[in-house]
Amino acid sequence: MNTPVRRIAIAVMAMILLLLANLTYVQVVQASSLRTDARNQRVVLAEYARKRGQISAGDQIVATSTETDDRLRYQRQYPKGPVYAAITGYYSANHGSSGLEAGAEDILNGSDDRLFARRLSDLVTGRDPSGANVVLTVDPDVQQVAYDQLAAKKSPGSVVALDPRTGAILALVSTPSYDPGQLAVHDAKAESAAWGELTAAKPPVLNNRAISERYPPGSTFKLIDTAAALASGQFTPDTQLTAVSNLTLANGRTDLENYNGNACGTGATASLRDALQRSCNTAFAELAGKLGIDAIRKQADDLGIGTQKIQLPMTVADSTLGAIADTTQLQQSSIGQLNVAFTPMQNAMVAATIANGGKLMKPYLIKEIQAPDLTPVETADPDQLGTAMSPAIAATLNELMVNNEDSYAGSGKIANVKIAAKTGTAELGSKSIAPHVWYVAFAPAENPTVAVAVLVENGGDGNDLAATGGKIAAPIGRAVIKKALEKAGVS
Amino acid sequence: MVAPTDAPAGPAPAPLPTGRSIELVLLAFAAALVTGALVLVEANQEQELTRSLLFLGLAYLALFGVAHLAVRKFAPYADPLILPSVALLNGLGLVMIHRLDLANFASDPTGSDDLATKQVAWTAIGLALFIGVLWRVSDHRVLSRYAYTAGFVGIVLLALPGLLPSSISEVNGAKLWIRIGPVGMQPGEFAKILLIVFFAAFLVQKRELFSTAGRTFLGMEFPRARDLAPLLVAWGLSVGVLVLERDLGTSLLFFGIILVLLYAATERVSWMLIGLTFFVGGCVIAYQLFAHVRLRVLTWIDPLVACPADKAFVACYERGGYQISQALFGLGTGGIGGTGLGAGRPDIVPFAESDFMLSSLGEELGLIGLAAILVLYLVLITRGLRSALAVRDSFGKLLATGLAFTIALQVFIVIGGVSKLIPLTGLTLPFLSYGGSSLLANYALVALLLRISNAARAPLPRKPATPQVPIAEAGTELVERPT
Repeated sequence: MNTPVRRIAIAVMAMILLLLANLTYVQVVQASSLRTDARNQRVVLAEYARKRGQISAGDQIVATSTETDDRLRYQRQYPKGPVYAAITGYYSANHGSSGLEAGAEDILNGSDDRLFARRLSDLVTGRDPSGANVVLTVDPDVQQVAYDQLAAKKSPGSVVALDPRTGAILALVSTPSYDPGQLAVHDAKAESAAWGELTAAKPPVLNNRAISERYPPGSTFKLIDTAAALASGQFTPDTQLTAVSNLTLANGRTDLENYNGNACGTGATASLRDALQRSCNTAFAELAGKLGIDAIRKQADDLGIGTQKIQLPMTVADSTLGAIADTTQLQQSSIGQLNVAFTPMQNAMVAATIANGGKLMKPYLIKEIQAPDLTPVETADPDQLGTAMSPAIAATLNELMVNNEDSYAGSGKIANVKIAAKTGTAELGSKSIAPHVWYVAFAPAENPTVAVAVLVENGGDGNDLAATGGKIAAPIGRAVIKKALEKAGVS
Repeated sequence: MVAPTDAPAGPAPAPLPTGRSIELVLLAFAAALVTGALVLVEANQEQELTRSLLFLGLAYLALFGVAHLAVRKFAPYADPLILPSVALLNGLGLVMIHRLDLANFASDPTGSDDLATKQVAWTAIGLALFIGVLWRVSDHRVLSRYAYTAGFVGIVLLALPGLLPSSISEVNGAKLWIRIGPVGMQPGEFAKILLIVFFAAFLVQKRELFSTAGRTFLGMEFPRARDLAPLLVAWGLSVGVLVLERDLGTSLLFFGIILVLLYAATERVSWMLIGLTFFVGGCVIAYQLFAHVRLRVLTWIDPLVACPADKAFVACYERGGYQISQALFGLGTGGIGGTGLGAGRPDIVPFAESDFMLSSLGEELGLIGLAAILVLYLVLITRGLRSALAVRDSFGKLLATGLAFTIALQVFIVIGGVSKLIPLTGLTLPFLSYGGSSLLANYALVALLLRISNAARAPLPRKPATPQVPIAEAGTELVERPT
């Protein structure tokens, strides 16, 4: 009877080996996919078990974690939810995270390499490990004004304000906004309901219009045409361009019309200065035709359009000129139509670069990383991405933009402050849909400390077909500039 | 070292090593490991050195100290590795149950149960039963006299919950229980041992019958058709368990054990083949007839797949796959090294302290820890089989083989099920999982194994009153009339 018993013993060993092999498969080969499966709550639970860092702007706390007594130990709170939603994003146990909550995840949860020494000392001293704090470059008052002004338009839109000297983001707003606190609640049912509501909202609220959505820049693109023209050496602000109200483009078939079919002033020709001020499409189509595709593309590249992969740490969508096949398409592109698409952030960068004497600064959102006890771990340094134009050209553009602003209508002008600006009214290919309206500006013109880009979709409140950048967007931009200058002690 | 009390008088031979000192050292080692594990749990759960820690550690030491003394007294030559293996498994189980208690208390301070204390009580009762069996069963061969009684009682115990109304016997869909008030028992756990005793005795008695050759086919001798009766009975029993009690695991366990006993008794591979044919047939029938079996198999194929929108009968994550998926998430999160005791979230898995104990251990101890636990089981099983090889009588051999293989098969079914090697069935991990019946029955089982190993290792067996050598094994003897 011993032979079968020996064989049974061998069979038992084979069974145990089979189990071991299978466990190795599950715990080694499949481990990472099982660990990261969305239905595996362990990762979330571990994440919520430690205090996540707070996000603040000036003296305003924007996002913070408070202790609860439920299964997930800490809950995220957003004291000024909708105002900062475009920056913070949301942090949900079941639906992931977005914005800074996702982009600065490693800092907020404390796993970033820069916090290594800190973690080591936590381990030694037995301190509760917690995430690091993020201090924003945002000025809470400017942000509030930008949000209030834009939200009052009741039409989707975005405001971006930069410090042109450094690239620091002073305000970043997208409306309509939402309260990220709705997605931070631990009650899964309530959170799910909020998620359903927010994802189904019309117009969409979770989209970040400042950095993720792209719009035709319309006439604001003429700043780039002008910069390219000045750089070519063939043009000065006084160079005369056509003043016709309607121009047949290079292919001989397509017509291009000025806004409302107006002629560009009273003469047969208009100077580049006047053409920019009146935003004459025909003049710029002619100018672009003379400059050629390469000159305009180079100027756009130098301004960072489509060439900079910017991380705030959130990714800024690349702006683009789109495909330009021939001179006709170039002429259409030169007035910021056809396939040209800019994020409001990109347009703010264009204004900021002109304001900064041609030096393109990298926009940034995080001013400082702080340890939980508020001692600084790392402070951001401004980063110059390149030179987009010579200081002389920038100065000329500055002067031209001041000239623009003098002619613009709209309310909110600030006494004793020279603003340099350009408006844009981007038509959407249909006369029944109100245009997207733009206002890009910086101030004070002599020594700029703030640059803004304002975009309001579909003409602001109630699809105003006669909306223009000057009428709808400019007052918002001026209010933001006013608050920023006030804070900087300029006015 | 205590000399055997019943050592024969006269010129004493050099005392053979009993292994009791080794056992004591290993028990102390197990106690140190378990206490260390407990301290880790407390540290990682940010607990202070509470009284419960002291209580659990000391209770553990005291219980196995007593068991060791009992082995010294009643089975001094018993295998020295079996009890420490069992003690370590049981201790690790206690630590993990305590750890899950802490997690459940943290999430729900009012509704949680102190399972660890209960399990300590069950361990105490189990060890009392262990000592009782060692004491009362002084010779395993005595058991073969009660074979038919054991068989009858075994079948009754096995069938009882299936025949009782569901209100008494059903827990989580399987009718395995007899519940009277707060006290519940799973008689099937005890039926397992009784039926092994019966089959071992029965097969030893009828061995030559089953060894009788029928016809030769494919180079193997097949038994005669009429000798298939016991296999048919085993098969019927297993199917009965499946139908009446809706329990796949128990059914599989019984059939496997009987098949292996038949093979060990007859040394015929053909029996295995016939058995496997029956098994496959049973599987096909069960799959066709029972929705719950079908669900288990479909779930096994891919438990993680998301449910389709339509409500057709499909096994998927939300329909049947949830539990096993959670167990796999736990195992995967543990990875190679594990999260460390007390640092994971094994409480997420349903039935983490009983059916899914393995995933709790796998999450916190990792693959390395599970490998160690598997090796521990392997030591226990092979020491049992070693006793089967060494013991002199056929009944002892078959009994030890059956008992040891039971543990092996149960470990295979449970671990294979939880780690998705085979379809999931509800069984407990011997000594590790929470559960009174399982613990009690397994302690009785280990007591019998120790009894047999004692007989195998004892230097001079007491002269039995009448050595009942089965006729098949008896040598030719010249019988002479005294002149």
